[in-house]
Amino acid sequence: MDALLHQVLAGLATGGIYASVALALVMIYQATHLVNFAQGELAMFSTYIAWTLIEAGMPYWGAFFLTVGFSFVFGVVVERVIIRPVENAPVLSVVVVFIALLVILNSVTGWIYTYTIKTFPSPFPEQPLFGNKYMSSHEIGAICVTLVVLFLLYAFFRFTPLGLAMRAAAQNPESSRLVGIRVGWMLALGWGLAAAIGSVAGMMVAPIVFLDPNMMGGVLLYAFAAALIGGIDNPAGAVFGGFLVGVLENVLGAFVIGNELKLAVALVLIIGVLTVRPSGFFGKVHVTRV
Amino acid sequence: MSNRNLLVIAIALLAAGALPFFVSEYRTFQFTLVLIYSIALLGLNILTGFNGQISLGHGAFYAIGAYVAAILMDKAGFPYWATIPISGAVCLVAGFLFGLPALRLEGLYLALATFALGVSLPPLLKYHHLEQWTGGVQGIVITKPDAPEFLGELGLALNQDQWLYFFTLGVTVVMFVLGWNLLRGRIGRAMMAIRDNHIAAEAMGVDNAMVKSVTFGISAMFTGIAGALGAIAVQFVAPDSFNIFLSITFLIGIVIGGLASISGAIYGALFIQFVPNIADEISKAAPWAIFGLFLLAFIYVMPMGVAGAIRLGLARLTRKAHNSQPEKPLSGYPSTEEEIP
Repeated sequence: MDALLHQVLAGLATGGIYASVALALVMIYQATHLVNFAQGELAMFSTYIAWTLIEAGMPYWGAFFLTVGFSFVFGVVVERVIIRPVENAPVLSVVVVFIALLVILNSVTGWIYTYTIKTFPSPFPEQPLFGNKYMSSHEIGAICVTLVVLFLLYAFFRFTPLGLAMRAAAQNPESSRLVGIRVGWMLALGWGLAAAIGSVAGMMVAPIVFLDPNMMGGVLLYAFAAALIGGIDNPAGAVFGGFLVGVLENVLGAFVIGNELKLAVALVLIIGVLTVRPSGFFGKVHVTRV
Repeated sequence: MSNRNLLVIAIALLAAGALPFFVSEYRTFQFTLVLIYSIALLGLNILTGFNGQISLGHGAFYAIGAYVAAILMDKAGFPYWATIPISGAVCLVAGFLFGLPALRLEGLYLALATFALGVSLPPLLKYHHLEQWTGGVQGIVITKPDAPEFLGELGLALNQDQWLYFFTLGVTVVMFVLGWNLLRGRIGRAMMAIRDNHIAAEAMGVDNAMVKSVTFGISAMFTGIAGALGAIAVQFVAPDSFNIFLSITFLIGIVIGGLASISGAIYGALFIQFVPNIADEISKAAPWAIFGLFLLAFIYVMPMGVAGAIRLGLARLTRKAHNSQPEKPLSGYPSTEEEIP
């Protein structure tokens, strides 16, 4: 029982990270109806930036916020420069562009920082909080950070005019344009926000999986599963999906199928959700008119 | 097929046949890999280019083909040539089965599901309960086949690399003829009709579900046969050589070579075999950066790939003086009416 509890709690902690990446995927999906295959590599790249800043002697939280800011700008630039030209292209072209982005970011990072694994510091204390024996303080911290990000996003979309404009641009681009919303820039902002959220996830996961250019491969897959379970257009659903996938992955990996097949869990979840209930638990069901 | 096309193919075959007598053994081996990749790319192109189903996980079928061949040779003592049809058959079934749930997925979601397949297969191959067959992380080492003895008696002594090259060339020709026949026939037309407008295709009596899953199976079969040949040529299979980047390499190959084009598979294979070799001299990470840049450039500037560019160039050169034909749009697939290049 103790072991199970331990696995569930550890699952919640990794789940928080999946939730953040899933949230980033949902951001881009909501704005553009595209699934960003390069999301993981964007996050990885941001984490390397944070690592550079910390190595240069910057305090952790300074580097943290600077990286989030940088990632935001980087996301906006990527959308404007690379994604914009294929906005109305067939799906295949868009997927190919995402894949191109993925391999470029991966190899450029490998080029600059080499492929050797690096350690990444955690901002949270070494010893467990409140003397509990189940979770390290980094795990608790990561969950809290995820929840704070979720709350900030909710507040942004619910209570600010800019958030409202972004939602409008995503829902009905033509009408939004008529009332004076610059739809193109709203999409770029969506990309920026997604990149910023991704960078937070990257910095939270790096102390656990260590920093290397391929660290986000598995995380991205779990995040896909999480986003799909929650319904790919529902941010709160994505967070729920993230925690669920984290717990499932840990518990199944520890007790049922063993660590080697953990990634297969993601595959089964993705294909299962897509075929049985493509809208996930909380997503809108889309009906297309022939 | 026009006389000009036949002539080009005859010259290409002659050149391919003469090649191993003029280059080093290592180059012969590289060209063997080019032929193998071209079969895999043709398989992916049948699915993605001609049928419009995006796959980011074809490395998985390549891996299955390679493992079937390696296990049959290593554990069951099969001769190398007998493993190829079996690998093809296994992948045909595997592809068809994966194609069934994939039927419900379109565009991006299919890309997602196949991406998941490509990422999660290598850990599956390492699974310790399968280790007695797959050899776990270590993989399987197989021996390179010798040239059959009757060739030596005929006075045509080939070394191992040369023999493997000619064997692969033979399989490649068979697969390309099969692919060409398939694509210009009834099923090929149905595939393209579904890609261009699946509702209209359905209304015309095309069984969408059946054609799509069969296409998935056939595509996987081509790629699986390439995988089996690849295992024999490299003499080694291991889970980590079939990671997601292999699948991405195939995607790069068909985009650069030319979507919905049979000859594109060969240009793409040449590209993915030789460009990394050249780029490797700059840095270990350089090939992928260059792949990525090429991908972006092709999608923006030349979405029909090398094959499309050649076709366009030829059309410009041989255009009639009075210029009655309107120019073909640059983007999109060649229409169903055109002859498949």
